[in-house]
Amino acid sequence: MAAILIEIVRRDLLLAVRRSADVATVLIFFVVVASLFPLAGNPDPVVLRNLAPGVLWVSALLACLLSLPRIFAGDYADGSLEQMAIAPQPLSLLVLGKIFAHWLVSALPLVLLAPLLGLQYGLQGEPLLVLVAALLLGTPTLSLIGAIGAALTLGGRGGGALLPVLVLPLYIPVLIFGAGAVVASQAGLEVRAYFLLLGACFLLSLVVAPWATAVALRIALE
Amino acid sequence: MSAVNWFKYAAPQTFYVLAGRWIPWLYAVAILLAITGVYIGFAMAPTDFQQGEAYRIIFVHVPAAWMSMVIYLAMAFWAAAGLVFNTRLSSMMAQALAPTGALFTVLALVTGSLWGKPTWGAWWVWDARLTSELILLFLYIGFIALRASIDNPLRADRAAAVLAIVGAVNVPIIYFSVRWWNTLHQGASINMSSAPKMATTMLAGMLVMALAGWIYSIAVALVRVRCIILERERHAMWVRQLEEVQP
Repeated sequence: MAAILIEIVRRDLLLAVRRSADVATVLIFFVVVASLFPLAGNPDPVVLRNLAPGVLWVSALLACLLSLPRIFAGDYADGSLEQMAIAPQPLSLLVLGKIFAHWLVSALPLVLLAPLLGLQYGLQGEPLLVLVAALLLGTPTLSLIGAIGAALTLGGRGGGALLPVLVLPLYIPVLIFGAGAVVASQAGLEVRAYFLLLGACFLLSLVVAPWATAVALRIALE
Repeated sequence: MSAVNWFKYAAPQTFYVLAGRWIPWLYAVAILLAITGVYIGFAMAPTDFQQGEAYRIIFVHVPAAWMSMVIYLAMAFWAAAGLVFNTRLSSMMAQALAPTGALFTVLALVTGSLWGKPTWGAWWVWDARLTSELILLFLYIGFIALRASIDNPLRADRAAAVLAIVGAVNVPIIYFSVRWWNTLHQGASINMSSAPKMATTMLAGMLVMALAGWIYSIAVALVRVRCIILERERHAMWVRQLEEVQP
């Protein structure tokens, strides 16, 4: 069981390395979107510091969203997804491997880059650490929930706009708790509750998402 | 236990006839209840001490908000039943309920903002209940949009069912996250939980209107289910032999 999981992750990472431009695009998108807000509004440091938690979280959300179709689109197009569906191992396990690889490739770089953008927004010290930690705990949930949407829209006529419409409302709790942690830490309040809630969201989606994604994939492959 | 074989009506053919027989009665009851509710709400209920006459919109607003949530759960229930038992009619019910649910959500949002203007002084307030209602509308739109994006109706049924189930699991989480976010960000502009007790006539008016909403929803869902049945089973012999489809 573990062997196939490692193998799937290794394969997806290898594919991502071979097409490293795709990975970089998502990262650059994150930076560009986050840089637009000061230009569109007031670059005053106090205003920026108030905006920072929300803007950085929304930017990360959108960047994560942008990379979602890639989880399954390639495998769907070349038929390897069908091979996975008829493999002896449970499809939900293979899906979990693919989601983990997606998180490593698309979300983890965002988390690592976030402190840099946080500095641009005048975050320092504890709030900056809290931002990175909240993203670290929150982005796996985004990948897990997003995989359901990616599987549901596979092969449909929805185009690019359908996936955000399906997935973004489901992202709202993570956004609220994630950004809330940073806001609380800026105000000097206790942040433990936010991390517990983010952890709960992660565990719940870890249980539900691979199963729901596997069901959705089987529907798409019919 | 009665000896009625309920599964008989799981077949679209028999259900089509049964629904056709029920619809006029349901409509009649819904209209009667709505008239009674409006009468209680607008003629009998006393004027509110704090909010004046503006509060009377709750006789539409609160039942609409209730219905929007109940219909989402009903829709998710039928979608799940369709996914698990592979019954065509269940998925058709889910499909038929979605537009009515979205309609009630819009109605709750519009009446909420109409009430908010004189009471809170703004058309839109990022109040926890308003915001979670808005997110519920997004969930309905997602369900309808996903269905519309898949051509094969059976595939669309099952994909939409997965989304409805995931959405139903998420609804309480979204509701509480929005509530906590709300208490974090703004001081309570108005607090319903500590509001003075409602007069009995007001409560009666709201309950009658909610009942009218239930019956109306069932009636229109049945009308829509009949249309969906005709559309999907148009190649079946029994549909071609129906009187109403003869040229």
